[in-house]
Formats: sequence, structure tokens, C-alpha cells
Amino acid sequence: MAVEKFPVEASHILMFARSVGDYNEIYADEEYAQTTEPGSIIAPPTFVQASAQFDPDYFLRPKPGKPWFGSGKEPTGIKKEDSGGGGGGGGGLHAEQHYEYHRHPKPGDVLTATVKPGKKWEKQGKRSGKLLFSETVTEYRDQNGELVVTARSVGVQTERPVDQ
Amino acid sequence: MALSASQLKVGDTHEEQVVEDLKRTQLVQYAGASGDYNPVHTDEVFVTKVAGYPSVFAHGMLSMGMTGKMLTNYVGDGRLTQYGVRFTRQVWPGDSLTAKATVKAIRQEEGGHIVDLDVSTVNQDGVEVVSGYASARVDP
Repeated sequence: MAVEKFPVEASHILMFARSVGDYNEIYADEEYAQTTEPGSIIAPPTFVQASAQFDPDYFLRPKPGKPWFGSGKEPTGIKKEDSGGGGGGGGGLHAEQHYEYHRHPKPGDVLTATVKPGKKWEKQGKRSGKLLFSETVTEYRDQNGELVVTARSVGVQTERPVDQ
Repeated sequence: MALSASQLKVGDTHEEQVVEDLKRTQLVQYAGASGDYNPVHTDEVFVTKVAGYPSVFAHGMLSMGMTGKMLTNYVGDGRLTQYGVRFTRQVWPGDSLTAKATVKAIRQEEGGHIVDLDVSTVNQDGVEVVSGYASARVDP
């Protein structure tokens, strides 16, 4: 996702770390963090995914006045044929995620994310019919234009829900 | 508490249970923190009646995040240089996951020492849900 301004904040790091069950104090307590090797609170390894919060058009967040595919009065707020088929109900499924860390983000950083589309390919899946894979590469840079994290993501649209 | 290249050998492992009996509430927490509000992860009505799955299931990135906790506990804070995974199976409420790192290589790069790890997370039935790799800076 392309993001012009992703301010990295301590409270967001705290909430994110809690949500993955990581209670390492380096994500929560600045005084403790000063005694560690990094010397400050840092972001946990998958934190940059939360840049979605700062993408105004992120399609997996409901927006006022726009149809939303989750349930309300009805099981879905949009017609089934628009929901992206069986895959993940709109977003497809996440197949792979890769990160290269040039350094670890910390509170006070203001990151930008630029996205380059990558390869696309097809495969016949045993448990979900035809699979359409697509790759994106996202570069997260800091306020000085320095590369912080390079992320490569592979998504997949499945023909039908994955057999269990 | 960083690792030391001189103390490591190929085949060394580090393993942690990263979640026991995963709760739907944790999926809600992850949705809120990450900003990924895809209802397949939090909306039982949508996911069973429309998307065609037996229940909500975890964000792949939650499995990767929980696995990342095992990695940073092992290699130390701020030491990771690379971390990548494939999501091989979905993770469901009630699952208990165990994440493991195995030393694949210890090498030198630009004057520093690096450990390369194989990463694997399995559920309570021993089925792999995350398969990947990581690299980290280690002390000499």
C-alpha cells in the first residue's frame, strides 16, 4: 500500500505488540528500552504492516457512506459477485511476506511507503482450484529519505474457499 | 542478550509456544492494531454465510507476528536483518502454535557475523502453518 505519511508512534507500537502477544518491554517502556542495545523503543518485526492505518484508500477498512462487505443487517453489505469470489471475500489471501530490515523503525520516525507491482503468475491448487498470485514490493523510507524496511508481499486469489 | 557466532552451531534450535488456544478476541486486537479489518478475521456471520469458511481465521500476518516474537526473543532486540514466510495453512480460533528457529548457517558479511535461520511454526496437530527464514546480526 502506498502511504505518504506513516508516523511511527509509541502507543501504536504498544498496541501492535500486544496484539501479537509480545510483551517484551522494549515495545512498551521507554525507560527500560533505553537500557537495551537499540537504546529506545523499536517496532516489532512485522509492524510496518500497520501502515494500512495511514493509507486513506485502504480497501480493508470500512468507510462512511460506502458499501462494506462485512455483515450488518445482512450477512454482507454488497452483492456476492462483487466480493471477489471464494478466496478471502474481497481481499484474497496472503500467501507470502518477506522483510529486509535496513534498520528497525522507532517512535518519531515518519515513514513513506512506495509500492511497485511485481510478478503475476497462475497455479492449479489442490485445495482451492485455480490460484492467481501477484507480488508487490513496498519500500519504507524515513524522514531523511533513507531506506528502513523493504517488504515483498505475495497475495493469492483462489477460485473457491480453501478445502479444510 | 545477543547470540554469539562462536557459541552457535548449525542445527541448534530455539522453540517457543507463541499462542495457546487462540481467541477470537486476539484476532479483533490484531485487526485494530494493524488496520486490516477484513471481516474474514472478525465477522463470524460474513465468513460462514458469505465467504464459505467454517469460522473466522487468523490474519496470516498475525501468525507471522507471533512467530516473530520467538525470533526476537532468540536473536535479541533490533538484530533481525531479514525475515520472510509463506503461509502454508490457515490458523483458527482454538489453535495453539509453536514456533521454531533452526540454525542453517553462521557466516561473515561486511566484517560482521550473521546467523541464517530456518523458521517453522506448527499447530497443535503438528501441521506447519508458517514456513520461512530469517537472518540476524550476532556477536563474534
